[in-house]
Amino acid sequence: MSTYRKSWRPYIGPNDPCPPLEIKYYETPPNLYLGYQPYGLKQFDPSTALFKGTLWPALYAPYSNPYKKKREEEE
Amino acid sequence: MWVYEKKLQYPVKVSKCNPMLAKFLIEQYGGADGELAAALRYLNQRYSIPDKVVGLLTDIGTEEFAHLEMIATMVYKLTKDATPDEMKEAGLGDHYANHDNALFYHNAAGAPWTATYIQAKGDPIADLYEDIAAEEKARATYQWIINMSDDPDLNDGLSFLREREVVHSQRFREAVEILKDERDRKKIF
Ligand SMILES: [Fe+2]
Repeated sequence: MSTYRKSWRPYIGPNDPCPPLEIKYYETPPNLYLGYQPYGLKQFDPSTALFKGTLWPALYAPYSNPYKKKREEEE
Repeated sequence: MWVYEKKLQYPVKVSKCNPMLAKFLIEQYGGADGELAAALRYLNQRYSIPDKVVGLLTDIGTEEFAHLEMIATMVYKLTKDATPDEMKEAGLGDHYANHDNALFYHNAAGAPWTATYIQAKGDPIADLYEDIAAEEKARATYQWIINMSDDPDLNDGLSFLREREVVHSQRFREAVEILKDERDRKKIF
């Protein structure tokens, strides 16, 4: 199974003026991995699909702010 | 031709009075990677692209107008009751000076929409790769706006729109696969 979020650690300089953002995140959604969509994939029922924005669980990758928790934890 | 349905593709609910979000959302209205640019890009490219993928560009281009309407509704709801002072406080003073509370096709920084945002190269692969990039950029824009928004109901609509960008990118990638397929060539084993 592919993961849809990756992270990396930017360089932290000894004289940086602001507290470091230690981890940076970026999204790698399912369309990067699926290739030509195979026939017969699992489907959401219609009302769930309309709510989620896709008929296909294989293409569903919800997003939330990855930085929100972090600063709150620090405080 | 088109058939218009007098409803939104997905319900738009805004629960917090935060007109500043309208300033950010307008990026997806009249910005380079916004819904207007997307709709016009695809609906124009489709005339000169191989017929196997014309229908895809028509469908996605049409859907982008439905997204444009959702963004317009969000911006409208956030600004319709804002007084001139509240517009100014929300960073929308420059907008107000030119447009009152009307919507306009410009980006978050106030630059008006321009056709130079989009391209029709006539080369099917170049055009589809631009379309894939446009979808990824629109997806990213939605993420940045979600990151700045504290309104769960607004974010619900934005999440729907972001997921559609994922699906559109997938379909454009499949269009490339269709066009590069060698199924017509005689295979001799
Ligand atoms: Fe799109």
